Amino acid sequence: MAMTITEKILAKAAGKGKVAPGELIDANIDICLCVDVTTPPAITMLAEKGIDKVFDAEKIVVTPDHFQPAKDIKSAELHKRLDEWARRHKIKYYYKIGRAGVCHALLPEQGHIRPGEVIIGPDSHTCTYGAFAAFGTGIGSTDLAAALATGKLWFKVPASEKIVFNGSLCPGVYSKDVILAVIARIGVDGALYKAMEFVGPALAEMSMQARMTITNMAIEAGAKNGIMAFDEVTKQYLDEHLKDKTDYTVFESDDDAEYEAAEHFDCSAIEPMVALPHLPSGGVPITDCAGKAMDQAYIGSCTNGRIEDLRIAAKILKAKKVAIRTIVVPATPTIWKQAMDEGLFDIFYDAGCVIAAPTCGACLGGFMGVLAEGEKCISTTNRNFVGRMGHPKSEVYLASPATAAATAIEGKLTDPRKYILKS
Amino acid sequence: MAKAHVYKRDHINTDEIIPARYLNTDDEAELAKHCLEDLDVHFVKKVQPGDIIVAGSDFGCGSSREHAVWAIRGAGVKTVIAKSFARIFYRNAINNGFNIIELPEALKKINNADELQIDYQNGLIKNKTTGIDIKFAPLPDFALEIINDGGLLEHIKKK
Ligand code: SF4
Repeated sequence: MAMTITEKILAKAAGKGKVAPGELIDANIDICLCVDVTTPPAITMLAEKGIDKVFDAEKIVVTPDHFQPAKDIKSAELHKRLDEWARRHKIKYYYKIGRAGVCHALLPEQGHIRPGEVIIGPDSHTCTYGAFAAFGTGIGSTDLAAALATGKLWFKVPASEKIVFNGSLCPGVYSKDVILAVIARIGVDGALYKAMEFVGPALAEMSMQARMTITNMAIEAGAKNGIMAFDEVTKQYLDEHLKDKTDYTVFESDDDAEYEAAEHFDCSAIEPMVALPHLPSGGVPITDCAGKAMDQAYIGSCTNGRIEDLRIAAKILKAKKVAIRTIVVPATPTIWKQAMDEGLFDIFYDAGCVIAAPTCGACLGGFMGVLAEGEKCISTTNRNFVGRMGHPKSEVYLASPATAAATAIEGKLTDPRKYILKS
Repeated sequence: MAKAHVYKRDHINTDEIIPARYLNTDDEAELAKHCLEDLDVHFVKKVQPGDIIVAGSDFGCGSSREHAVWAIRGAGVKTVIAKSFARIFYRNAINNGFNIIELPEALKKINNADELQIDYQNGLIKNKTTGIDIKFAPLPDFALEIINDGGLLEHIKKK
């Protein structure tokens, strides 16, 4: 029977020859991510049930990120519980502060994501890892507790939907604009429970960092996972990043595999996009919303806090001054150092930006950039729900790092092509 | 008798159910104080133990925070009836032994403040206020098994 890449990975994880959409399986977990907000509850549950053990101390990756460095006493208590547990169970890949970073940027960078594997994490954007031809999905704390103890988790095999990217991106248009265009068309539950399989020539031209921005936001369309095929670009990234375990299995969708739906996009026609409040599906071309005044620009997160994103923003900000509060948050310590070494920090500093330590921070309204009542923020993050970055009456506008940088300079929503085509 | 609190909205997300500014704790009673705060600041004052939330499609979309289920349960809510649920919320509810009801006509057949009586076994909601009986498809067997065991961890312990 023909299968999609998602079905093949799940079949292998369940020890079966084949699986079909709708089937319930018990899957073996290859990598289990643990972060600071959602892992401590799982740790407590396990202790309460008297099953204080981990299935494999080498398949768990721990990083505090949402509220690190601790933003207040309660967060410090969460970190303390996480730290105590990680040490006690001798978790091999425990990234302590100084090496900790935004999980979905950190794990691929540190070589923990391999094709063909099943990765779960108590964070909805765990779907990011599908960019590596892997199955990644977000779960809750009870699921995490069960997975930590047993190394297994129940799943319903999702039906797949194909998202085809034709054409080529124009200058000033990035993968963030593409995924915002997808969600604007299909809606925030357009792929509910499904596997979103991204294919097409425009994708082949994208770097791994750009691809991760797309799979990162699959959950914003309600999907269980986002996934992409393995190619030369994937291989090169893995060659550069995999460390301890370098072998992996590559699965491909069969030509006659079944898809529940397909959506085609002509990427040549996509413009820089801005998702207006309060849903990620609120995307409109910048030409339809330019000129709206902003109070803050935020460049960072698991969606767009990687080195390429910072380079894109720096290129636009070079020798310019920002007109509004602009916060730059490199997603991991490695990215932070790289940005410093490349001179990007000088550009940000000269422009008048503040550079923060790697953290989720204000992306979820935690700290370091929280919005006051009535404030508006252009943000490279992935969610613009009510109250997401602060006061329930604040507003978040989602965009690419280029659009955020151009907007920072003018203090109002600005088409980045104006700055890119000039330079 | 359980009273319905109807929110005629799709995509009620986890940031509205329990804003991230309260995620520095996992204490259910503490979370419950802020349940639905960014959607309806009066909710916690109105809700009585055993009441029911009724909403549109894609309820609980957004983050994976199980705190959303804990906040709702902690506030005394017995169940959520929605046109559909976002997948992580759906899992989290089942894993916590918290029953939820998927009902496509939720907003058509239930009005705010209606008194409801629910028979989970037979998939029947009696709307005492309107006098209408509403049938619903109970959760799949595997989910009911987890719920009846008292949640996923008890379920795997039993296995
Ligand atoms: S950066 Fe934002 S979206 Fe990404 S994991 Fe952190 S809080 Fe979640």
